[in-house]
Amino acid sequence: MQELDAFRARARDWLEANCPPSMRLPATEEEIVWGGKRARYPNPDSKLWLDRMASVGWTVPTWPEQYGGGGLGPAEARILEDEMRRLQARAPLTSFGIWMLGPVLLEYGSEAQKQEHLPKIARGEIRWCQGYSEPEAGSDLAGLKTRAVLQGDHFLVNGHKIWTSYANYADWIFCLVRTDPIAKKHEGISFILIDMADPGVRTRPIRLISGASPFCETFIENVQVPVENLVGELNQGWTIAKRLLEHERRMIAGTGERNRGDGRALDELAKLYVGESEGRIADPSLRDRIAQQSIDTRAFALTVRRAAEEAKSGAAPGPASAMFKLYGTELNKRRLELVLACEGTQALGWEGDGFAREELVATRAWLRSKANSIEGGTSEVQLNVIAKRVLGLPD
Amino acid sequence: MALVLSSDARLVRDTAQQFFRDKAPVEALRKLRDGRDPVGYSRDLWREMAELGWAGFVVPEAYGGSDFGMVGLGLVLEQAGHTLAATPLLSTALIGASALVLGGSAAQREAHLPALVEGRLIVALALEEGPHHAPHRIALKAERTPAGYRLSGEKRFVLDGHVADLLIVAARTADARVVLLLVPADAAGVTRTRTLMVDSRNAANIRFDHVEIADEAELSGGVDLLDAVLDRARAGLAAEMLGSSTEAFERTVQYLKERKQFGVLIGTFQALKHRAAAMFCELELTRSAVLAALSAFDDGSNEAAALASLAKAKASDTFFLVSNEGVQMHGGIGMTDEHEIGFFLKRARVAQASFGDASYQRDRYAALSGF
Repeated sequence: MQELDAFRARARDWLEANCPPSMRLPATEEEIVWGGKRARYPNPDSKLWLDRMASVGWTVPTWPEQYGGGGLGPAEARILEDEMRRLQARAPLTSFGIWMLGPVLLEYGSEAQKQEHLPKIARGEIRWCQGYSEPEAGSDLAGLKTRAVLQGDHFLVNGHKIWTSYANYADWIFCLVRTDPIAKKHEGISFILIDMADPGVRTRPIRLISGASPFCETFIENVQVPVENLVGELNQGWTIAKRLLEHERRMIAGTGERNRGDGRALDELAKLYVGESEGRIADPSLRDRIAQQSIDTRAFALTVRRAAEEAKSGAAPGPASAMFKLYGTELNKRRLELVLACEGTQALGWEGDGFAREELVATRAWLRSKANSIEGGTSEVQLNVIAKRVLGLPD
Repeated sequence: MALVLSSDARLVRDTAQQFFRDKAPVEALRKLRDGRDPVGYSRDLWREMAELGWAGFVVPEAYGGSDFGMVGLGLVLEQAGHTLAATPLLSTALIGASALVLGGSAAQREAHLPALVEGRLIVALALEEGPHHAPHRIALKAERTPAGYRLSGEKRFVLDGHVADLLIVAARTADARVVLLLVPADAAGVTRTRTLMVDSRNAANIRFDHVEIADEAELSGGVDLLDAVLDRARAGLAAEMLGSSTEAFERTVQYLKERKQFGVLIGTFQALKHRAAAMFCELELTRSAVLAALSAFDDGSNEAAALASLAKAKASDTFFLVSNEGVQMHGGIGMTDEHEIGFFLKRARVAQASFGDASYQRDRYAALSGF
């Protein structure tokens, strides 16, 4: 206990001394630092903050020190989170390398792969994207067709990936590929790492209902990938794929918590746009829905915390991560529907002077949120996972 | 606030689980119902529970209790919920004990708590006057007399009221204050009528005709005491409902794995799988909410009231959902009295209505949250 108190004091002092004042404000969408070779830093403090945090391993606090991490145990990591929240310090680095690839490399990667890739993720030098879905392989992910043919010291890869988030900004892609076209569909898949600098890799952004283009199509044509970029065993990629999805689900489940749209609480919005009487939201039906939402949000947060406390230290998320993905995303969608219900037609603007900036941000966040229950496995897929792997219901 | 159980707490849970499975299965409730048992629960079993210390979990050691706390009592209630055991745990070990501990004078505590802890005193809170929980809308009159109060009015839905030895009566004075008064159940002018409820548990309507009581019968704290006691009742009942919901859910999932139609197990149908998975999520959230509420009392957190309403709201919605789906997924057999799933449906509605249903709790949660 004393050691933890000492760590808290150290972390607090260090953060106080090293977190630039402008990094103690919420980041706008454009200010979020994703790293990579083409990273831009509209605010130079962002780069300073990233480098300082990376120098002590705190962009990835729980990773081992030899791979650029902070080597912290779960209790210390929670303290660091607490202390960052206390300062309202923003995350120095946000990336799929941190959330998804890093944890599976730590579990399944070779020593050479860990040494090559993990420090670059930790320092924000390389930005990764995820090559999972294909036009014919969405919820049925294992039906993927991208081919990788082993030819001596390399694979020759050909295929078409879709919904590759931010592929147009990424340097490398981790990919599920078919390495045995005859085996059963789950048994012929491998997990490989591809350098997108290869001219055979092209990306095309897809415009979404929100007007933004966070997702791309990625075309892979006759790209040679060295065999040392195979993670785990040949044809055993599905196991890694599922584990990575568990990390992804946990990440998406926290979307609502991290990205609260315009940051204003629902009850304040309701009072502002609908009015209040004697301190209560004037519309009793809306008030009840907001109370329901607050209750479920709180109960969900308590459940996330309980799962963390119950988990053995450092244990990877199990099938219950499907519940967090399902509930977290459905809650976030409900919350943004309530933002619309509060703001009325002021939440239905597309652009222009008739609407406040926060109103326009909320509208786009509402549209964006519809993808929450599709990406990383639809809500229906999560229900299947819970039914099968948690409840043991028969196929 | 810890959301994982200590080893002591796990021991209590395991002991309680074994106890209720062995001694008070759902079959026992059926027997009490079918035999039109005048007491409605087993007095022998209640003495055994008291010997295990459960009646004294929220009572200080000075009065024979263990002060083990709300989490511990909640775990016992949860296990009682699994078998729908009819016991005075809620009326006496939780509500009666809390009222005396929080609002009792030294003399009141000394007079009642040791007997309560030993299982010799059953206590009932006489609060409700209408068909909906409305703890601040009390009309029962407490008129001043030279030596105390004279009570006139009626109470309904008094849990364990027909067998209680001591009533805690919520009354309104001439100057519109709410007072909680200790009234012996056999006092002159008290008329009790047992009400047979759909869940086969025990309640009574009670008339007070010019019941004379002394000043010493008043608990201190008034409406604040009432709210504090009700918050504990909500959290404890939510724990019991969590146990019942979990049991109804597990029985239903088991049935999906056994029942065949169209030549296959009905658990292979996605329409049922998805509904089962959705219930699992609600149960997990309810469990977290209940544990947070119970530990908030033990920690003396100022969020205890909000968390109690949160837990009761979640537990009410979840028990409603699971009990309805339980009957539906059991199909025709679920409609029979012979099958036990119907007992859970009946208990669900009574438990939902007790101390405020989900909509009442949401209103209160919103008020406590400032909107």
